[in-house]
Amino acid sequence: MAEIWENFLYWKRKFTTDESAMARSYTPKVVTANALVEGDVIYLTADDRWSRRHEEAELIEDEAHAQLRLLHAQSQKGLIVGAYLADAKAGPDGPEPTHFREAFRTRGPSNYAHGKQETGNV
Amino acid sequence: MYRYSDFDAAFVAQRNAQFRSQVERRIDGSLTEDEFRPLRLMNGLYLQLHAYMLRVAVPYGTLSAAQMRQLAHIADRWDKGYGHFTTRQNIQFNWPKLTDVPDILDALAEVQMHAIQTSGNTIRNVTADHFAGAAADEIEDPRPTAELIRQWSTDHPEFQFLPRKFKIGITGSPNDRAVIKSHDIGLRIVRGGSGKIGYEVVVGGGLGRTPMIGQVIRPFLKKEDLLPYLEAIVSVYNLMGRRDNKYKARIKITVFENGMEAFRDAVEERFKVTRTEFSGIDQAVLRDIEAQFAAPAFRTAPTTAYETARDTDPVFRSWTDTNLADHRAPGHAIVTVSLKAHGATPGDATSAQMRLLADLADRYGHGELRISHEQNVILPHVHKSDLPALHAALKGEGLATANVGLISDIIACPGMDYCALATARSIPVAQEIATHFKAIGLEEEIGALKIKISGCINACGHHHVGHIGILGLDRAGVENYQITLGGDATENARIGERAGPGFAYDQVVPAIERLLRAYLSLRVDPAESFAVAFQRLGAEPFKAALYPAEAARDAA
Ligand code: HEM
Ligand code: SF4
Repeated sequence: MAEIWENFLYWKRKFTTDESAMARSYTPKVVTANALVEGDVIYLTADDRWSRRHEEAELIEDEAHAQLRLLHAQSQKGLIVGAYLADAKAGPDGPEPTHFREAFRTRGPSNYAHGKQETGNV
Repeated sequence: MYRYSDFDAAFVAQRNAQFRSQVERRIDGSLTEDEFRPLRLMNGLYLQLHAYMLRVAVPYGTLSAAQMRQLAHIADRWDKGYGHFTTRQNIQFNWPKLTDVPDILDALAEVQMHAIQTSGNTIRNVTADHFAGAAADEIEDPRPTAELIRQWSTDHPEFQFLPRKFKIGITGSPNDRAVIKSHDIGLRIVRGGSGKIGYEVVVGGGLGRTPMIGQVIRPFLKKEDLLPYLEAIVSVYNLMGRRDNKYKARIKITVFENGMEAFRDAVEERFKVTRTEFSGIDQAVLRDIEAQFAAPAFRTAPTTAYETARDTDPVFRSWTDTNLADHRAPGHAIVTVSLKAHGATPGDATSAQMRLLADLADRYGHGELRISHEQNVILPHVHKSDLPALHAALKGEGLATANVGLISDIIACPGMDYCALATARSIPVAQEIATHFKAIGLEEEIGALKIKISGCINACGHHHVGHIGILGLDRAGVENYQITLGGDATENARIGERAGPGFAYDQVVPAIERLLRAYLSLRVDPAESFAVAFQRLGAEPFKAALYPAEAARDAA
C-alpha cells in the first residue's frame, strides 16, 4: 500500500510541478493525533515513536513525504485517533507550532495547569 | 424527584454493558475509529483538544444531593477533581480515559444518571427553568412534562437519525428563564381562556451560525395533545429537514425555507394521524410522574433571624440582594449559588464544592439542587431563617460570591482551552472581565448585565442573546473577538447586533470598559439597566464608545 502511494505521489509531483519551487513553498508539517486511551496530544517522531512533546516530532518539509507519514500514522488504529498534519516551523529545540491552536495543544488549557503543564505528564 | 422505573434501570444497564464491549472492541482493534465514533457519541463521549470529554445529562437541571455526591466521586476517582456545568444543564468531565468511561457510566447509573442522547442527531437533554417547582411566578412545574418528553424521546425508534441535533426547552412561568425561544422546540406552560392549563408551542429557534428566534406555531395546545403534537413536529422535520447540508439541517432552516404557514399546515396534517396513535397511556404516565414531583413539605417558621442578619451583616445583605429569588412558599427563598467567583472558570465546580452543596441541600434544601443554563447551582427551597447559616457555610468553599445577574456572572463556553471546534479562547476572557471590573470597583454600579461568550460560531455560550455578546474568532491565525449588543435571552428574546470590527485578545476588556463607561454616563438613573438603556438609545452611542477613532473621524 505504502509503495503504491509513494510511486503515485512521485509521478504526480514529477509531472505536475516544478520540484524546487514546490519544496520552497510547502509549509513544514508535523503529524499529530490523540492517544487512543488517554486522549493526550501526541506527535509522530522520525524514528516512528509517538511522543507527547512537540519538539520531538519529525518536521516534514516535503509534501509527498508528509502524506506518507500521515498514512502511516492513520494505519495505527489501535494506538491513536484523529491524526492530521499541522503546520510547524524549525526552532532551537526542535519543531515549534506556528498556529495558536497547536500551541495550546502542546501545553493544555490556560485556566488550570492541567494536561502537559502538569509535572510528569508529558 | 423522579425515580427510575425498573424499565429505565434495565435500559441504562443494558446500554452501559453494550458500551463497555464497544470500548473493548475499539481497544483490541476490532472497531475502527470511524465505526466507534458514532457509538461513543451516542454515549456522550467526545474527543476534545487535550483529552476525551464525557457529557452527562442533568435532566431538566434537577439533581438530588446523592447524585451531586456521586458526581464529586467521579470527578475525584476518574477525572481531575472538578466538573464543568454547561448552558444545556449538563455536566462535562474534561479528562476521562477511554478505558475508564464504562466504569464512570456504571457509577452514574447507580444514581440514575446517564449520558445517552447528550450528543448526535437525536432529541437531546430537555432543559427547563432552573427555578421549576419553586418560582413564585410559576403556573405549573414544567419538570413532569420534561420527564414525559424524556421518556418519549429516549431511544425513540423514528428519531435516532434526525437531520440534525434537536433541543427542547420548557418553562412553566411567564418570565422565561430557560431561553425557550432559542430551542428547536420551546414550550411554555400557559393558562387558556377557560383557565385550563396547556402549552404555547414555539418552533424554529436556534443559535449557532444562523441565529433565529423561535416563532409560535400553536398558541394553545391541550395538555393531553402534547406528545402527539411533538411527534407531528419532529416527524415533519425528519422528512422536510435538509440532509444535504449540515449547516441548513436544523429545524430553524426548515421553518424558514418553507415558511411558518406551510410548516404549520404540514404539522397539523400529520397531527391528525399521530393524535389517533396515542391511546392516552401517556397521560397516565404523566400523572405518575407528577406525583413524584410533589413539592416538599414547606415549614412555617419566623424569618426574624434572616432580617436581623440582613441588618447587621452587610456582606450577607449584598449576597441576599443578588443571589435570592422569590419562592412561592411563604418564608422561603430560591438561592442561586454562584460558580463565578471572580477569576474562576464559569461553570466549574470542584469535588469539594459539589460535596458541600450536596450536604447543604440535605441540611437546608430538602435534598434538591438545580443546575442553571447560566452555569450556576440552585438550592430551590431554603427557609429564610436558614440563610445566614447557609451563607456562612458556602464561604468555606468559596461559594458565597454575591454576583448573580451582575457583570461577572458570565456564561462562557469551554472555547479553545478544551473544545476541538473552537476558533479562540473564551474562559480567560470571562476571567479577565470578572476580575477587572471588580478591581476597578464598577461591578455593583453597573448592575444587571448579561455577558455571554462563545469560542466559535456554534454559539454554545449563547453570545447572540447576551446584552453584550462576545464571539471568539481566528483571524489570520490570531484570536479576534466580535462584540454584539442588545441581545436578550428572556421571553422578549432578541438576537444582538454586531457592533463592528473585532478586537484583539488584549483589547476586549478595554473595549468593554469604554462601552460600560458610556452606559454609566448615558443612563437616566441607576435603575435603568444596560439592556434598557440600549433599547432606549439604540446602538450608535455604544458603537461610538467602542470605536472612538472612527467616531472622531465621522464627527470631523
Ligand atoms: C465538545 C464540545 C462541544 C461541541 C463539539 C459542540 C458542538 C456544537 C455545535 C456544532 C453547535 C452548533 C449547532 C448548529 O448550529 O446546528 C453547538 C451549539 C450549541 N451548543 Fe455546543 N458543543 C460543545 C460544547 C458545548 C457546551 C460546553 C455547551 C454548554 C455550555 C454547549 C451548548 C450548546 C448550545 C446552547 C448551542 C446553541 C444552541 C443551538 O443548538 O442552536 N455546547 N454546539
Ligand atoms: S461555541 Fe464553539 S468553542 Fe464554544 S463549546 Fe461550542 S463548539 Fe466549542
